Amino acid sequence: MKRLVLARLLQAGLVVLVVGILCFVLVRALPGDPAMRIAAGRYGPDANITEAAEVVRRELGLDQPALVQLGASMGQLARLDLGHSVVTGVPITRELRIQLGATLWLSGSALVLSLLLGPPLGLLAGLRRGGWVDNASLGGAIVLRSLPPFVLGLLLILVFAMLLGLFPPAGYGTWRDLALPALTLALGLAAVSSRVARDAVAAVARTPYLAFARLKGLPEAVVVRRHVLRNAAIPVVSYLALQAIYLIEGVVVVETLFGIPGIGHALVHAVIARDVPMVQGTALAMGLLFVVIAMAVDLACHWLDPRPKRA
Amino acid sequence: MSSKWVAVAAAVLSMTGVAAAKPLKVVGPWEIAGIDPAQSGYVFSRMQVAETLVSVDAEGKPSAGLATAWSASEDGLAWRFRLREAARFHDGSPVTAAIVADTLRKVHGGAGVFSQVPVASVEADGNDVVIRLSKPFAALPAYLVNFTTIILAPSSLGPSGKVERIVGSGPYRVKSLTPPLAMQLEAAPDWTGAKPGIDEVSYQAVGQGETRALMAESGEADLVFSMLPVSVERLKRNPNLDVRIATIPRTRLLKVNAASPLFSDVRVRRAISAALDREGITRVILRNTDLAATQLFPKALAGWNDPELPLLKRDLAAAKALLAEAGWTPGADGILQKDGKPFSFTLLTYASWPELPPIATAIQAQLKQVGIDAKVSVGNSSEIPARHKDGTLDMGLVSRLYSIVPDAIGTLRDDYKSGGSDWGATGWANDELNALVETMAQTSEPAARAPMQKRAIAILQSELPSIPVTWSELAIVANKRVTGLRIDPLEVNYSLASIRWAQ
Repeated sequence: MKRLVLARLLQAGLVVLVVGILCFVLVRALPGDPAMRIAAGRYGPDANITEAAEVVRRELGLDQPALVQLGASMGQLARLDLGHSVVTGVPITRELRIQLGATLWLSGSALVLSLLLGPPLGLLAGLRRGGWVDNASLGGAIVLRSLPPFVLGLLLILVFAMLLGLFPPAGYGTWRDLALPALTLALGLAAVSSRVARDAVAAVARTPYLAFARLKGLPEAVVVRRHVLRNAAIPVVSYLALQAIYLIEGVVVVETLFGIPGIGHALVHAVIARDVPMVQGTALAMGLLFVVIAMAVDLACHWLDPRPKRA
Repeated sequence: MSSKWVAVAAAVLSMTGVAAAKPLKVVGPWEIAGIDPAQSGYVFSRMQVAETLVSVDAEGKPSAGLATAWSASEDGLAWRFRLREAARFHDGSPVTAAIVADTLRKVHGGAGVFSQVPVASVEADGNDVVIRLSKPFAALPAYLVNFTTIILAPSSLGPSGKVERIVGSGPYRVKSLTPPLAMQLEAAPDWTGAKPGIDEVSYQAVGQGETRALMAESGEADLVFSMLPVSVERLKRNPNLDVRIATIPRTRLLKVNAASPLFSDVRVRRAISAALDREGITRVILRNTDLAATQLFPKALAGWNDPELPLLKRDLAAAKALLAEAGWTPGADGILQKDGKPFSFTLLTYASWPELPPIATAIQAQLKQVGIDAKVSVGNSSEIPARHKDGTLDMGLVSRLYSIVPDAIGTLRDDYKSGGSDWGATGWANDELNALVETMAQTSEPAARAPMQKRAIAILQSELPSIPVTWSELAIVANKRVTGLRIDPLEVNYSLASIRWAQ
């Protein structure tokens, strides 16, 4: 257990180092003059960009050798200072608090919603393999997972905002605004997690210990609660870590579609505007988030199945 | 019984109270990229949070802003702007001439358009701001309309001297600001003019045009700016919505490198112009054929559009003849050739405006019909200025705004000077135009300027350093819940304060 946490902490340190250097190098390796890009990001496409770029170049020291700039950037990271966005001028920590906060709200609600939808459906389908719940949820999962989030989001807007008038089509601030974007992501997540849960339950249902539990006369509810849930939960929980990746790719599109000031939206803009500190800060936050999620999943699996693992 | 009715009445009253306190929900595509006035000043000017010294009236003429009156000395070198009496910032402090002079000096040292004005000094004199120039410059008031010159209270600045919050002097003050997408405003208690019709305003930036249209349709937003042409017809059919179209002074044009061997011959530039099917482009992509740009400036730009000018229009036979005259002959593959080299180049554009890439591909297909091979490349908006600067630009499709300074002379002066500029000409110079523009900049008398303006646009029409493709319009959708909407084609001020809830 201690080793598990230590390994993940070491991983976090490596993430900071690698992400810090990679972001700098990759953003600088992109074609185009960074001063021009930053100027366009700051002053918009109607401004005199050439003139503004000279101001930017002087202000940010972009005329210095790349190694000197990389050194300054890494020194700043070592002091745990993420710096200021070169486009908005706002401290990265504040940008992250607002934008990462918005994204965490969105993805957190989506995850909870997907857990309410997916695994219970999978449980029902797994207990009655080949039944109508199983077949219907398979069909639903295929359709929902093959729809890109952009299309799914628009369909949900058309139905829930335009036709029924239940939720606003876009916006940010209240739970009503969060409903449709969270549902868009949750349906994609639940599509897969319901199938993972169904297979896990089906596997448990075939085990001798479950047959024995039934034979000794336990009521079905007790069988499910005591023997199915915990055993079937292990693959579902491990799979949650992988779903975080789907969330991150989905968040970029969903945030843009629903006008949410989140980190996915901010990262795309930061890359376009060559905003190195913002890219670094965002990538670091996301990288560390993955480490935390992986650690939480490890711990949860360890709790679900405390038997020591053999390599 | 009676107490029950009192309770019902109280409930109804409290409900109407809630309705009255409801904010006006405004949605637009503009993100607040950073709160520095040089970056997002236009948002605060349009939303009536901050004021510039000079504003514009419905005809686009300079009108009172934070300055109520102004005058120039006889030699045109000293301008005196009288500040509005008792004007106060949102923190309660008075707007003084010293603060204004300080701000303008700082802005003049920056990269905004005001830096192009030949300013010698800016001083405070009592309640007046005196701007001294190094040479006469009649368009000065127009430059003071630009959003980079908004006047903010000293308390807006942080310890490093950077703007950290917006404390303006307009009818609305910032209640909360969540860059880049959201802002809440409330009526400013210190505002001495007419009280805003709606006390609270919320602004949300929504980048997706489809989402903006849906927000208008679902009634979620009261006022939505900038609709995609494909949504406009549908929105017009909605009985709850009021769709207004404003012709804005923005032209989509081909920025041609006149120094390149491909385009240095004016006959080639004229041939390209004659090969363009502007009507087809505007009908299919912009859904309004009135936007076909038959000359550089749209009709809305009074004095800068000459109906007597020979119009730019499609004429494939003339285009082919002009190209043949210029020495281009069809090769085996149908592509024109000269000295063994094919007429082939890159047409660069950018996606900041969603209509530019489809227009570029339409132009590509139209040029193909006269044997010109254009490859479309969609990049970042900074790529065109970058390639203008290093001389490697062949042709770019750009969207150029002529109201950055409400007097078009401001843009003309920058765009068509020798060597050109980011969004104007490239590798082109015309001494007559340069002289005309300098004289116009010093002439304030409209009657004296009119023939010069006419001559300037005639030069641009015949030389075609930029080839106009389409003009632009701005579609604004208001829910019929609100009334009192005023459309400002120059987009200086949306007059939100005059909007009221319909009875």
